[in-house]
Amino acid sequence: MTTSVQSQEESLSLPIVDKHGLLQQFSQILPSDCIITEEESLRPFECDGLTLYKEMPWIVLLPQNTDQVQRIVQLCYAQSVPVVARGAGTGLCAGAMPHPEGVLLVLSKLDQILTIDPLARSARVQPGVTNLSISQAASKHQLYYAPDPSSQIACSIGGNVAENSGGVHCLKYGLTVHNILELEIVTAEGDITRIGNQSLDAPGYDLLALMTGSEGLLGIVTEVTVKLLPTPELARVVMAGFDSVDEAGNAVAGIIAAGIIPAGLEMMDKLAIQAAEDFANAGYPRNAQALLLCEVDGTVEEVDAHTARVEALLRDHGASSVTVSRDEAHRALLWQGRKSAFPAVGRLSPDYYCMDGTIPRRHVSHVLREISRLSQKYDLLVANVFHAGDGNLHPLILFNGKDPDSVHRAELFGAEILELSVAVGGCITGEHGVGLEKLRQMPAQFSTKELEQLEDIKHAFDPALNLNPGKGVPILKRCQEYRALPDRHQHD
Amino acid sequence: MRYPTDISMTDCSQAFAERIADARAASKPLYIQAGNSKRLWLGRTPEGETLDVSSHTGIVDYQPSELVITARAGTTIAEIDAATAKENQYLACEPPRLSDRATLGGSLACNLSGPGRLWAGALRDHVLGVQLINGKAECLNFGGQVMKNVAGYDVSRLQAGALGTLGLITQVSMKVLPKPEATTTLCFELNAADALQQMQMRAMEPRPLSGAAWLNGVMFLRLSGAEAAVRHTEKLWGGERDDEHSIWLDLQELSFLSTYTDDTSAVTHCAPVFRQSVAPTAPLADMPPLMLNWAGAQRWYEGDCSALQTNTASGGGHLQCFSGGNRSQEMAPALDSTQQTLHRRVKAAIDPDGILNPGRLYSWL
Repeated sequence: MTTSVQSQEESLSLPIVDKHGLLQQFSQILPSDCIITEEESLRPFECDGLTLYKEMPWIVLLPQNTDQVQRIVQLCYAQSVPVVARGAGTGLCAGAMPHPEGVLLVLSKLDQILTIDPLARSARVQPGVTNLSISQAASKHQLYYAPDPSSQIACSIGGNVAENSGGVHCLKYGLTVHNILELEIVTAEGDITRIGNQSLDAPGYDLLALMTGSEGLLGIVTEVTVKLLPTPELARVVMAGFDSVDEAGNAVAGIIAAGIIPAGLEMMDKLAIQAAEDFANAGYPRNAQALLLCEVDGTVEEVDAHTARVEALLRDHGASSVTVSRDEAHRALLWQGRKSAFPAVGRLSPDYYCMDGTIPRRHVSHVLREISRLSQKYDLLVANVFHAGDGNLHPLILFNGKDPDSVHRAELFGAEILELSVAVGGCITGEHGVGLEKLRQMPAQFSTKELEQLEDIKHAFDPALNLNPGKGVPILKRCQEYRALPDRHQHD
Repeated sequence: MRYPTDISMTDCSQAFAERIADARAASKPLYIQAGNSKRLWLGRTPEGETLDVSSHTGIVDYQPSELVITARAGTTIAEIDAATAKENQYLACEPPRLSDRATLGGSLACNLSGPGRLWAGALRDHVLGVQLINGKAECLNFGGQVMKNVAGYDVSRLQAGALGTLGLITQVSMKVLPKPEATTTLCFELNAADALQQMQMRAMEPRPLSGAAWLNGVMFLRLSGAEAAVRHTEKLWGGERDDEHSIWLDLQELSFLSTYTDDTSAVTHCAPVFRQSVAPTAPLADMPPLMLNWAGAQRWYEGDCSALQTNTASGGGHLQCFSGGNRSQEMAPALDSTQQTLHRRVKAAIDPDGILNPGRLYSWL
């Protein structure tokens, strides 16, 4: 997809591995149905949720327990075979794209909820457990796990840790890093250790923070202890349509300034509103230029008080329509439109490309105007979905994956949006991660010295650069003899 | 609203970088000191030549509507509190002000959080970005001034609790939150064991609980949030209402610690105070606690605490000699060999020659 100064040989200077011998050793660790080598069975693993980037793995392994993970990692370390961990494969940055010479370590069979301790308000789970199933299992204690990415039905908690996933409720309840207590990891060298604690802090360095969002580059997560919260007594959504994006943006600032931190605060632009309404029939105002969904939760009294204030604030800021959810079914319907916005927009075009920059909220109008200008420049439609409360913008660029020119324009358009996010004081990724996709934008956010510092941290955990090579942090010139992905994935 | 006028003070970061470069060249370790409010706590007795960073002060940017404040590391928590209070906002992690000497950088390095930690999060949870100088004298930025940022490893949060061993923090961006509309305190006369049980039960309820502590035979519950929710919960839970003297400020300022004094010799003679961090469900140790906080997840003991070791391990937590005692010994809990290796390598990645606060966290680090 990109140009490279390196030759294919240089970029693939991996040691010669006795693949046959290694396969035999894997066969002693795993039953045969947990080892995939046939091309047609490998095919579904060639990419994650970002299908723009594909690569066939040498082999897919599906361990069933931590011991197997450890033995596989030890073997790979001894023979310098790259290891790419994968959860449910719902990631959106090609972070779980396989390495052609490596093992794709799929953790979906580690899918047990080990313990739920209602009094301690925590759950110990394996990495392949889906995000939503934790809340479902905890619901009998009136507890839940707060981070709720849109893919929560399918995405795994191990993947959430790797990406530091957020969701529509993270303004009030935080990201994954705020909602986990302890990890069990297998290190790059094949040692097992526990990071964090069953208590609220741990001795020494905050390695839990470092591991969270490290995209499988620092260790393989084999167990997660998550925090659980009491399920709010009541939640209600207030939906408002606006005639301009500026007014909607001002309304968001107005709600925050009034001292209310909503559980969720989402904005959509016209194209996204119309696509979502066609898809979900949620009763969205089709003619509005912008739509806000503001959820308030808490005790009945708190929700009553905040709903009234939010409704008044939205009207004061010029809302052309305001709707308050009548009951749980209506609330779910109003969210249905937003939560299905990606597939809904996807119906408008053969493919869509989801961006993930975060910006200071006050710049939202300027950034959306710029995105609109870029849309004309690259002749591609764009729909905008925005976690307005925390400034995380998801422009969805519509393109045709079968047309190389369209793909190329989509990539350039996306890159400009990310660089624009940095230029207004934001960052290139709020919750989807860097993976392979955003490597080229890392130098827009970090200086060379900063990238070198990140690389030194990588070395501290993974001296042989065996874990998920070629992702997350650009491989700097000084280390390019190591582990790069093939030329077509180079970020130079 | 911007607060650019506050940074009239000189930017000292370049001078700090030069000092670190010199120290590295001469292989002479530095002890980073700002407000000097926590020198006698937490870590081991400092080694090295003092690098005073207290002059590097000033609020660089404060955007109330963005819920973000950025300040130089030497800015005191008291100054931050004053600026945010004008906008009816606050640092929800409630770091101690320690006679107005505690600084933002020092508070991050120590990750000291107030009584609301269980609900509002620790100081580390509110960090959005840092500017730091590493052991190679390089000025680096990580994180930023936005709520969500997953580009690169989280070097900002890594500073929390590292006691300055992973870089000289020069600037910090923190999340701020609106002050709660209403706050009230409920008091219940209970022994420690009953209080522990009660606090756990209350923490499971979807109510505006924002503090749960036990001290001197009284359990204190703090409610904060929407006025209607606080008043309703107050009626449900009963207890004696006490909004006059604030137990929470005492807890935040750690004023129950007899060792809080500027006098080094006095501290050395004080009985050691231990901080136990455990799962809230861990059984109480077989000795009377000084105080229980965070709904039982943080417990304090004074005196001979050898009996606490087993109790701590079974509670899935750790025990730290917070103050007093012989501070040339290891103060932080021991780490297993894999953790030690990772710690040594992370330290070497950021401070390869061990110039910054060596031995402050562990003798071997």
